[in-house]
Amino acid sequence: MALSTSSAITLNINGEKHALPVDHRTTLLDALRERLDLTGTKKGCDQGQCGACTVLIDGRRAVSCLQLAVAAEGREITTIEGVADGETLHPVQQAFLDLDGYQCGYCTPGQICSALAVIEEHAAGWPSAASADVRPEAGIPPLTPEEIRERMSGNLCRCGAYVSIVQAVARAAAAHGAGSTPGIETQGVETRESETPGSEVGPAGTAGAEVTA
Amino acid sequence: MKEFGYQRALDVPGAVALLGADPEARCLGGGTNLVDLMKAGVERPGLLIDVRELPLDGIEFTEDGGLRIGATVTNSDLAAHPDVRRRYPALAQAVLAGASGQLRNMATVGGNLLQRTRCGYFTNLARPCNKRVPGSGCPAIEGEHHNHAILGASAHCVAVHPSDMAVALAAFDAVVHYETADGPGELPFAEFYLPVGDTPHQETALPAGALITGISLPPLPVAASSRYRKVRERASYAFAIGSVAAALDVRDGVVRDVRLALGAVASRPWRALAAERVLIGKPAGADAFAAAADAELAAAEALPHNGYKVTLMRNLIVAQLTELAEETAR
Repeated sequence: MALSTSSAITLNINGEKHALPVDHRTTLLDALRERLDLTGTKKGCDQGQCGACTVLIDGRRAVSCLQLAVAAEGREITTIEGVADGETLHPVQQAFLDLDGYQCGYCTPGQICSALAVIEEHAAGWPSAASADVRPEAGIPPLTPEEIRERMSGNLCRCGAYVSIVQAVARAAAAHGAGSTPGIETQGVETRESETPGSEVGPAGTAGAEVTA
Repeated sequence: MKEFGYQRALDVPGAVALLGADPEARCLGGGTNLVDLMKAGVERPGLLIDVRELPLDGIEFTEDGGLRIGATVTNSDLAAHPDVRRRYPALAQAVLAGASGQLRNMATVGGNLLQRTRCGYFTNLARPCNKRVPGSGCPAIEGEHHNHAILGASAHCVAVHPSDMAVALAAFDAVVHYETADGPGELPFAEFYLPVGDTPHQETALPAGALITGISLPPLPVAASSRYRKVRERASYAFAIGSVAAALDVRDGVVRDVRLALGAVASRPWRALAAERVLIGKPAGADAFAAAADAELAAAEALPHNGYKVTLMRNLIVAQLTELAEETAR
């Protein structure tokens, strides 16, 4: 078979285009770390089970270890290196820093990328497995610690910094709900029906009060 | 990992042509199962046909009032869709119960249907597995099988189907639509997954070279009163050790309509028709619910380390129906 097993591709990462030839077996994770020197994204299990390699693809969180680089061509990729605004940390990063949402820090880039998306997904009205009632009439469930734990369950922390991680996500979500969080490339998260009763009560704010009180 | 070619398909005929031309070709959706198995050396395709950009990402009402869900709709979009949540809440719950937020964003409906029924021996190349190497044996039967099948298994394979979504689809009589070089076709969900028998390597009835284009759900009023409940070994992000998708319509204390399917008990999502037959027309209550569970589980065959599942499933079915009955009675 004369099929080519490699391709010349261009990846759009943090707003910059990177042209590189790749063997089709190359994952996005390995392309980032080994080829483009973007080592902020971490390799944990390399099997989609730990979340350390979480990045945003077209605004949605994804594990880069199961994403083939060649299949990521043409999509907008945001890694932890693209989250801050210059020297100013993103509020999610700042919340992790202020509340000690880590110990060794290895899972932290993935946790932060995941948290960015969790906040957007919740704001868009996506229910979770922790939501008592998924019907749209039930409204957006408040972002309680239980909701945060469920929504963040794809990110493991072997140091066990979960208590602080949940607090950091809640604080950042509350700030986001108050309108003070700058947007990141999260245009991929949307629902087709945003009018839901209860969505005006500021669920994120409630959660923030519960967690940090 | 074996080297492979890569082609991005832009339309359905193009994808079907590529698929038909190469028996070693596989479709790539989110890759959350396929790429993982390729890394393990279990899957060894010669060509990946990337189907994510096919125009199959819609969710729309059908003429009869059912719902048609495109094959490349992601799990996340399926679970977030207002009409899915309103009319088939157990389906949204089932999808949300599976994997993680990251994986649900990547995974597609078509890929979810075609993920492999698998166990630890299937992914361990150092051990035999009838599913991976037909005729090589099944070490799970004598070995590690605490999460293996209690219904419909065979002496050749006792692995369970891992999908949560498919359990809800089985309960709701979904239909799988596909396209081949000879034209379109469809398979009712009850016929989509094959009994394990002595061919555990053949998991679905999808014809060779067929591309799944979507699934359709019938208009099913009882589905509006439905729930999915999953039991697992940790609170989140784990495969089920048992799950139930149930829909129930109770009028004047009597079961008018019911749909019941079980997960993590067989090589395929398990529609509990025996239980449904027991329930129709009976007073909705503990006696009927227990009798229904017993009727379905009468055929259960436990291995030395998974007998707990029979009790678990009995309790799960009764609890689920009780909860739904209380909800619909309100």
